[in-house]
Amino acid sequence: MSQAVIQFKDVVKAFGKQTILDRVNMTINSGKTTVIAGPSGQGKSVTMKLILGLLRPDSGEILVEGHDITTMRAKALNEVRTKFGVLFQGSALLDSLNVFANVALPLEERTKMGSEEIRERVLAILAQLGLTGHEEKYPAQLSGGMRKRVGLARALMLQPEIMLFDEPTTGLDPENTLEIYKLFLETQKKFGYTSIIVSHDIPKVFNLADQVIVINKGKLSTFASPEDIQQSDIPDIQAFVQYTMGKIYLSREME
Amino acid sequence: MIRYLEKIGNNTLWILEDLGRMGSFLAFGLGGVFKRPFRFSAMIRQVRLIGADSFWVIFFIAGFTGMVLGLQGYYTLRKFGSEGALGSAVSLSLIRELGPVLTALMVTGRAGSAMCAEIGIMRNSEQLDALECMAIDPFRYLITPKFLATIISVPILTLFFNVVGIFGGYIAGCGLLGVNPGAYWSGMEQSVVNQDINMGIIKSFVFALVIVWVCAGRGYFVHVIRGAGFGAEGVSKVTTQAVVLSSIAILIWDYLLTAILL
Repeated sequence: MSQAVIQFKDVVKAFGKQTILDRVNMTINSGKTTVIAGPSGQGKSVTMKLILGLLRPDSGEILVEGHDITTMRAKALNEVRTKFGVLFQGSALLDSLNVFANVALPLEERTKMGSEEIRERVLAILAQLGLTGHEEKYPAQLSGGMRKRVGLARALMLQPEIMLFDEPTTGLDPENTLEIYKLFLETQKKFGYTSIIVSHDIPKVFNLADQVIVINKGKLSTFASPEDIQQSDIPDIQAFVQYTMGKIYLSREME
Repeated sequence: MIRYLEKIGNNTLWILEDLGRMGSFLAFGLGGVFKRPFRFSAMIRQVRLIGADSFWVIFFIAGFTGMVLGLQGYYTLRKFGSEGALGSAVSLSLIRELGPVLTALMVTGRAGSAMCAEIGIMRNSEQLDALECMAIDPFRYLITPKFLATIISVPILTLFFNVVGIFGGYIAGCGLLGVNPGAYWSGMEQSVVNQDINMGIIKSFVFALVIVWVCAGRGYFVHVIRGAGFGAEGVSKVTTQAVVLSSIAILIWDYLLTAILL
């Protein structure tokens, strides 16, 4: 049985008078893929930033492999962050560095590897993600799909245990979207990471999910499959389903 | 009435929160010096951007400032029949006041604004978040090299400003208006003492810290600054705010330091 790698216990997060998460609980299991979905502005990205310790909750506990990160000091938090790889919505590549330097950055800053070994590793992962020949280009010279692939390469450099994908297909055309999902499946198979995908791309992204968490009005609802979401009797979830998936949807009919 | 008090309280809390944020930014920015590995090459790159690339701007501004001082000084001193004191008037004005202040204002406009915009864009495009997620301390990686580079560059630029300005005064006073060159140089030599030079250098160190603290700090907190807005507009507003705040702070510190050091 898989272990819980991330747990939220009665987490509350508010910005001013607006409560984003209201005493929420959730569990994300090791080796599984969890999709976090929900209408815009309901706290999906906040949830991701809470998991990474970039934001601290107003109350409650967030456990990463059993350790509460809400009370950790910066050094301990950095240790925990070494377990994570993140693909940001806009890829978040350092725009003053070229592709090679961006991908090499985690190895240069966090390991004691020599430059030759770093070079080999970077070139290998760039080749694996179809980026050979683009090493010298800067992020501004790349297409959206390529930027995502460079972001993925950078996130995978230190072989993370947990990968977070923030809207991985936003702004991409259908071909690149499919390409990113394919890369996701390939890399997850190879590296065996636990993945958390925050996405709008519903229902397509449900194909990848072992569990789906829907955020709505400060609450989280966990479902084992897209069918379970459809059968939910929570009115807000029903409205969300109607809006995003239409009335009838079965995951096995998906491409 | 209660609403009015609420507003005052709210604004006071926000100012205190902002001061706290900026205070910790200064502490982390300077504290990054002790974190290893130190990014020496990044610091040298910043010295080039902030210092060496400002060479020609400082050269022209210093030259013409010195020439204007020479002109103005000459006509003022002539009224008292003391044109011979032009060298000491120009050099003291430059070394004590104009050199440090004008250099700092130029660096704020040229490098401080660029620093604020660069860090602000990195914040908005999640590049700083990405660094944190990779467990790379953004202070050690990005901010501390800028702190050190500014603290190194501004005093050197100030000294360069003083030298060019004094020559500018010489060209205007002696070259164009006929003041005796010997009187110009000996007047300077007799009136400028170590205390004047030290005052200028101390000022330039303090101004350098003010510039990098305010400009880098505003960019770093672009996402939480009240009323700044979001995206490109947010960065542009915060950059303007940083330049204005930094310039005002430089002039306030100039007064305070002059009062203390004189």
